[in-house]
Amino acid sequence: MNPAPATLFLLVGAAIFAIGLAGVFRDAGALRRIIAVNVMGSGVFLFLVAVADRSGGRPDPVPHAMVLTGIVVAVCATAVALTLADAVRGRGDQDPDGGGR
Amino acid sequence: MSGRRSAWILATAAFGLVAWAVLSLPTPAPGLTDRAFAALDDSGVTNPVTAVLLNYRSTDTLLELGVLLLAVVSVWGLRPSTGASFGRPPGPLLEGLLRILVPLLVLFGGYLLWIGAFAPGGAFQGGALVGGAIVLAVLGGLSPSRFGDRPALLRAGLAAGLAVFSCIGLSVMIAGGWFLDYPGRSAKVLILIIEAAATVSIGLTLGCLFIGGRPTTDGGPEPES
Repeated sequence: MNPAPATLFLLVGAAIFAIGLAGVFRDAGALRRIIAVNVMGSGVFLFLVAVADRSGGRPDPVPHAMVLTGIVVAVCATAVALTLADAVRGRGDQDPDGGGR
Repeated sequence: MSGRRSAWILATAAFGLVAWAVLSLPTPAPGLTDRAFAALDDSGVTNPVTAVLLNYRSTDTLLELGVLLLAVVSVWGLRPSTGASFGRPPGPLLEGLLRILVPLLVLFGGYLLWIGAFAPGGAFQGGALVGGAIVLAVLGGLSPSRFGDRPALLRAGLAAGLAVFSCIGLSVMIAGGWFLDYPGRSAKVLILIIEAAATVSIGLTLGCLFIGGRPTTDGGPEPES
């Protein structure tokens, strides 16, 4: 039986998620881990959009809406994580402006 | 080294599990497509994604706007902005381009907000464009401390999406419906008002998060205790 065209995208989404997961546990350092979590998120978004296409014909709008808001929320979560990482790194630093951005 | 190997083993296992789940999914895929399209006539919009966001699952979207506001509050609570620019723009050409591009981006954000009722678009896409315009302006030499010039206005803009959304939700309750249950024909107008406020909030939120710190109110850096 021919697999649905969305199956390839589902598998690629799962692979991207797995690569990000490996990065979270493999890499030391907050910045690398934050990027890895974002890679995981991209895999999830691809997966959800592919799931929406499985119904055949009209795509399911509910996963699309979840991805749409999820992208903006992911950006905000990343910003908070980066600020937290910067604050942790700057702890004990005598010059609060010296850390840079 | 073993930590790295176990990370890849874990990732391979996760991929295998998801792949197995994908390949064993039922072929006539169940979904909410038919229900979403069936209720479209009552939703006030004709774009199904906007209908899901602002009508069927509006509580979800309301809370997501809360998450955005929470993100800005967290970042502002962690540190003040240094107020320093991101460096001078590399040349007058970029500055001239930005003078045209930034208003165009904001205008196109408004267009996306309007077209979201019946075509792909909406508050999140429009807000992302407004946020991009702010990022470009800051990269092009706009001082982040300018965002502290009108602190009350900035805070009102950041909270507008959540505030307008909740106020409309509570108003329809007072009018006799459920929370966020838009009565009859007013759905389109109410959704447009909510989306307009949400676009402003999302754009400002993304811009403020890029600046990455509480804008100082009086130009200079805030005294830290």
